[in-house]
Amino acid sequence: MKLREVKEILEAEVFVGHDQLDMEVKTAFGADLMSDVLAFAKAGSLLLTGLTNPQVVRTSDVLDIAAIIIVRGKRPLIETILLAEELKIPLLGTRYILFETAGRLYSHGIVGCVERVGEKRDFS
Amino acid sequence: MTSHETVAYENSFLVEGKTFENAGHVSRQVKTLLQKMKFPKEVVRRAAIVTYEAEINICSYAERGKIVLRVTPKQINIEATDEGQGIADIELAMKEGYSTATPKIVHMGFGAGMGLANIKRFSDEFHITSEVGKGTHLEIIIRA
Repeated sequence: MKLREVKEILEAEVFVGHDQLDMEVKTAFGADLMSDVLAFAKAGSLLLTGLTNPQVVRTSDVLDIAAIIIVRGKRPLIETILLAEELKIPLLGTRYILFETAGRLYSHGIVGCVERVGEKRDFS
Repeated sequence: MTSHETVAYENSFLVEGKTFENAGHVSRQVKTLLQKMKFPKEVVRRAAIVTYEAEINICSYAERGKIVLRVTPKQINIEATDEGQGIADIELAMKEGYSTATPKIVHMGFGAGMGLANIKRFSDEFHITSEVGKGTHLEIIIRA
């Protein structure tokens, strides 16, 4: 799915990355704890989170996260937006809560980057 | 470890402790350097993750620290040394979920007790020593 479709499904606002909406995404990971994101998220996934500070972008950069979706209608801090611009990581925001965000994306074919911890996801 | 290997590149980075202001700067530099050296994507990613976790630990718990990157054609060696509170029980600190994080650290999205376990998870070799009241020393090896 293109990031543009993700934006439409979530009625999301684009803070950073208007020029990157043609990017393809297949998987996602959702958490507010960056410690867990670092432990489990896979490269190329969407990150769904309620955290708004610059560490969300730092963590995403380290992990090669495709794009960040801030949930629950929260607005990223200005430092967060500037860092996402600098590191060229798309940053979107949706008013849906984390559960709804994940559910809506899943029903359109986006799956977890990990299904169960400790197991490889079969994408066939 | 790197004894008989030629170190092709070495650099050290200072990390300011007790603040998240610059957390992630060192791992970003390490990532850029390793990308320029044409290491495989997954190797670069693992090196960036362990450096970031080490950096977050210094930012969370130490007064200050230093991260040294040594690169040979076959492996990446990351050494993190800090002046800080140290760890009393390393075995306990290595357990996933065990944390001594303050609310400030948790507010930044960390302190879930995953850091050290995560460093171990993403490295090929991991050594840790610590002295309470003095600091902690991590040595991490990632093979290319």
